[in-house]
This record gives sequence, C-alpha cells and structure tokens, in this order.
Amino acid sequence: MLRLETVSRSFDGFRLHADLAVARGARLAVLGPSGGGKTTLLNMIAGFLRPDSGKVWIDGQDVTDWPVPDRPLSLLFQEGNLFPHLSAFDNVALGVVPSLRLHEADRAAVAQALQQVGLSGLADRTPGDLSGGQRSRVALARMLLRDKPLALLDEPFAALDPGLRREMLALVGELCAAQGLTLVMVSHELRDAERLCTDLCLLEDGAVTLNGALAPMLEAPPPALTPWL
Amino acid sequence: MGAAVAVLVLLAVLGPLSAVLWRAEGVTALGPPDLSAIRFTIWQAILSALFSVALAVPVARALARRRFAGRATLIELMGAPFILPVIVAVLGLLAIFGRRGVLNAGLGAVGLPGIEIYGLHGVVLAHVFFNLPLAVRLLLQGWLAIPAERFRLAATLGFTSRDIARHMEWPMLRTVAPGAFLVIFLICTTSFAVALILGGGPRATTVELAIYQAFRYEFDLGRAALLGLVQVAICIVAGAMVLWVRVPGGMGTGLDRPVERYDGQGRLTRFVDGTAIALAALFLLLPILAVLLKGAAGLWALPGTVWQAALRSILLSLATAGVAVTLSLPMAMLIAKGRVKGLLETIGALTIAVSPLVIGTGLFLMLRPYMAPQSSALPVTGLVNALAALPFLLRALVPAIEEAEAGYGRLAESLGMSGWQRMRHVLLPRIRRALGFSAGLAAAMSMGDLGVITLFAAPQQGTLPLEMFRLMGSFRTHDAQAAAVLLLALSLGLFWIFDRGGRVNAAT
Repeated sequence: MLRLETVSRSFDGFRLHADLAVARGARLAVLGPSGGGKTTLLNMIAGFLRPDSGKVWIDGQDVTDWPVPDRPLSLLFQEGNLFPHLSAFDNVALGVVPSLRLHEADRAAVAQALQQVGLSGLADRTPGDLSGGQRSRVALARMLLRDKPLALLDEPFAALDPGLRREMLALVGELCAAQGLTLVMVSHELRDAERLCTDLCLLEDGAVTLNGALAPMLEAPPPALTPWL
Repeated sequence: MGAAVAVLVLLAVLGPLSAVLWRAEGVTALGPPDLSAIRFTIWQAILSALFSVALAVPVARALARRRFAGRATLIELMGAPFILPVIVAVLGLLAIFGRRGVLNAGLGAVGLPGIEIYGLHGVVLAHVFFNLPLAVRLLLQGWLAIPAERFRLAATLGFTSRDIARHMEWPMLRTVAPGAFLVIFLICTTSFAVALILGGGPRATTVELAIYQAFRYEFDLGRAALLGLVQVAICIVAGAMVLWVRVPGGMGTGLDRPVERYDGQGRLTRFVDGTAIALAALFLLLPILAVLLKGAAGLWALPGTVWQAALRSILLSLATAGVAVTLSLPMAMLIAKGRVKGLLETIGALTIAVSPLVIGTGLFLMLRPYMAPQSSALPVTGLVNALAALPFLLRALVPAIEEAEAGYGRLAESLGMSGWQRMRHVLLPRIRRALGFSAGLAAAMSMGDLGVITLFAAPQQGTLPLEMFRLMGSFRTHDAQAAAVLLLALSLGLFWIFDRGGRVNAAT
C-alpha cells in the first residue's frame, strides 16, 4: 500500500534515510526520540517535503512528485485540525468540498460521519465550545468522510488525558478496520502503538533501527526496544 | 523614581492642556471655518485609513506567501516611515506626483490632462505613503499568526487560493483590519506637517493646521485653544476606539517567522503577488529616490543658514533622545513590575491623544509671562518631541525589561543585587538593544519633526525641517531638495548610530 523506496533527505546536518513498506490494511507505528526523523518521514509521505533521492509509492502509484492535495491520504495532526470559526459540521464538510457548496447527499454524508464518531447532537458547535476529545472526534469524522485509503497520524491525541486517549485510539482502530484504511502513526509512546498498531518501526538519528510486526516484538523485545518498554 | 517621572509626564501634558482650557473659556462657538476643518480632518483620516488598509491587503498577502531575495529587507524598510521626516517624503511625492512631477510629465507626453496634488487627494496620498507600510506590517503579522498546521491542513484538503481566502484569510482580516484602520485613522487625525504643505485653504485645512493658523497668523489664542480642545476630543474618541478593538503592535520585530506555504503556486497568483509587491515597492521607494537624485548634487551649494539649522537640529535631537530615554526608562521599569500597569500605560499614551501642537500651544501660554516665546522655542520643541516619542519608547523598553527580569531577576535577587548595582550589571546590559533602538527612534523622530517648532521659531532659529519648509515656501526647490537629502541622511544616520551602538557587544 505504502512504500518508501530508499528515500533520503538531508538538511541542517541531519540526514534521514528510510526503506519501508506497509501492507494494505496494516497499521504502522513510527516510534523514536524527538529529532529522530519521525515528522520528516511523515512530511515526505504527505508531500510537504520532497526526498532528495528515492521514491514514494502509495496505492501502487509513484507519488514522489505529486503535490500534497493530489495524494490519496488524510492527515491528523496533534492539534490545529479544525478551523475555530467554523461549526463542527462545516469543519467535517470541508472534507467533501472546500467551498462548502454541498448537495443534499453530501449533507447526509457529513451527518453520518458525525454520527459514526458519536457527535450527532453537536454539529452546530464551534471548536471553542467542544471538549478536546470532541474536537479530535470532529477531525476523525472528516478523515472518515474523505475516505482516502491511507491515514497519517502525527502524534494524535497527545493533548488528551490518558483515559480519553485510550478511548480515541480504540475508536480509530474500529473505524480503520471498518473502512479498511492503512495507517501510519507517529508517536513517542509504545503504549499507544500497542493499542492500535500491527507493525512497528523505530527511527533513531535518521535511520530505521527496527522494523517488523509488533506482536512478536512485544513477546520477545529486541534490545533496541527496551528503552521504550 | 518611575512614579515621580509618571507624575512629571502627567503634569507636562495636563499642565499645558489646562492652560489651553483656561484660555479657551471666553469663546462660545465654533465658526463655519472651524466646522469645515473638523469635517475635513475626519473625512481625510477615514479615506487615508481606508486606502492604506485596502491597498495593504494584497501586499501583505503576497509577502506572506512568497519567498524572494530582498523580502526581509523590504519588510524591514516598511518599518522606516517612523523615522522618515515627513517633509522629505512630501517633497519626494511632489517630485513624482506634483505639478512638474514625473507623472504629469508622462501624462502630458501622451496628451492627457495633468493631476493636481494639492488639496484632499494630496493629503490622502501622503498619508497612504506613510501608513501603507504600517498597515502592511500589521496585516502581515495577522497572516503569519495563522498557525502553520492550518496551511498544511488546507493543503491536504486541497484548498484553492479562494478557499484559503474564505476560510483562513478573511476571518483573520476581520479581526486584524479594523484595528489597523483605527490606528491609521488616529494617526491621520493628528496630521499637521502633511496638511501644512499639501493642504490649506478653506477646503483642505485640518484642525491641527487651523490651530497653527489661528496661533501664527491671527494670534487668536482663544480660538487656537478652542480648536486645541476639539483636537483633543477627536483624538480621545479615536483613541478610545483603538483601545476598544485591541490593536496588535506593528513595531515589534520577529515579523519574519517562516511559514511553509503550499498554495498559490499558479501562474496567475504569482503574477498578482509579484505585481502587488513591485507596485508597493515602487510607490514607497520612488519618491525617496527622486529626492536623493535631485538633491544630492546641490548639497555643497547649500546656504550657510541651512547648515546652521542642521547643527541646531542635531543638538536638539540629541537632547530630545536624552530626555526621552531618561523619562521612559524609569516608567518602563515600573510598568514592567506590573504595578498600576494600566494607569502608567495610559499616561504614557496620553501624548498620542493630546497632540504635540496642543501641548506646544499650552506651554507657550504658560511660559509667556516669564520668557520671550522665541527664546523658549527650542527647549519647548525638545520637551514636546520627547513626550511625543514616549509611547513608542515604552513599547520598545517594557518587553525588553520584562524579558530581562523574567530571565535574570531571580538570579540577581538570590545574589542580593539591588538598586543601582542591579541596574548597572543586570538590567542595562540586558536591554542595550532596546535602549539603543529607543534613543535612535527618539532622535530621528525629533530630527524630522515639523510641528511645534513652526509655532514660534524666530527666523534665524529654525530647525532643519523648518528651514527646508521655508525654502519650499520661497520656491527655492533645488535648495529644498538638497536640504532634504541632508535631513534624510541625518535622521537615518542618527537612528543608525544609536541602534548600532545598542547592538555592538550587546548581551545575547
């Protein structure tokens, strides 16, 4: 589904090099210390950064030179996913068409996405009148509605308290499974990865130091993983 | 110390104001010319603010989303009008838009009728020249305050420039633009020098200009005083509106935070942005360039009186800078402590509300029994200029002091440093840059000032701007242009020296 073919990118004396593949429907956690290259990796997949060399494949297509909006993916940031002056409904509807010119069917789809994340009654509220968890749900609803095969999550829900975070991760898991999404999540918590992901990749100093299925790694942790346990 | 200075400043503003009030008592009504001056003041300020902000929108948008060589310099230059002498800029505008200016020559060459710069549109043009850069900086700040993630989000959602304008830029402008409009409106209501040169006559006289005329030509002190009160009322209303909408500061640095943009790569938007930036740069730079080109050659042929005036101006500016820093530093230290912050800031901002010309008139009324007005011209001008610079200096100094205190206050405390020691070893070294900037700003503002000095300078006692104004009045255009080059060099030079001085070996 996603393949990073010997991509590399350097700036300011830092160099990221990665060769990775994520199968359709898999959920990869990218773990690593700050400054290890996690966000750079994500930015290259999303198209915010071009690799100096190598290729990025998504869904069987070479998207290396594609602009951001054309890539078949959705992004969820740590925060700032919503426009503060727009209602929850409009924020979700932006996923259909940015001009917010909606047909009847679109409106129904937005309402349904909000219902899927459990926010049916709150469509008219602006982000300021929603709790942190509810805001995350609005962003998730938009991701669902966009229905792109690849979802990129950049330390999602980091601003939420642990209980709420668990709840949101579970919800993401359900929704991904239901829609058959492939997922890449950047995190610095192994625990978050355990809850949601099938695969794990450890990124340190710009290099992949560990990569594979998550379950066996947790059963017999390789040395590289011990600091994260 | 700070409190004493605050009281002093309060007295220096309110004293002359009450002198004006006292004097205005006998007058009962405003005549038709006064009413038309009030109308003109408000109308030209509305137009000036409207045009400045409207034209700033495409320029700020272009600067926010383009990266090009010279961008940082251009943004930096947009902060320069504060230290640019008004009369130099007006002379430059005359060279471009005036009767025998470049534009009219071009229009004449293709057989079109020429334009006339004197009157309402000339005043508005000059005000836009001075305030467009401020508006651009204020709006650009708004643009750069849009979180970077939001632009990334917009990119993933496939926003077009239009969608970005609707969902991100328009909401931002709705909060930022009214403040920018009101600040510029306020600045333009107190405009004196521009109106003095480009306005005048029954249809283009501002209240400030009317005060000057009442004072200088008719020596009708009662009327000058009454107009002074009108001016104070206008400023207070405008100032209250500014406070009410909470205007962001446009003078600070840190305006160049890079925000990655993924939109606006189309050929048309590139063209539109390029045109906006180029036109703005031309509009702002051409007049200054014209002055330099026309004036530089005549510099060595300038009459001795101009050089004497220049010397007088330099001394006056240095004195003003000294007084302004001496007044603002203790006040800023007190404000930074957080005690009675609001009250002190209000006192510091008073000089914006009570225009320098009104304070000058009041001081004249107060001093008249004791000394000849002409011998008090320079000290009064220096004091008024220092008071006028005060709000700007407080704005620069307070954050620097707060930062120094937040970073090292506890350390100094734990080492038992206090009083003068603490000031000498901790505070002053930490705020050197802000101090240098403040002194430079005060000196440059005073250097270019053509305000109070016009009220009572004797013929042989003018400052350089006044001398230049006299040259213009007697149609000695070449000498005036040469004097403009000198004035420009002195203003920028003084600012540069102080500002540099603050940076050399500055603590980081």
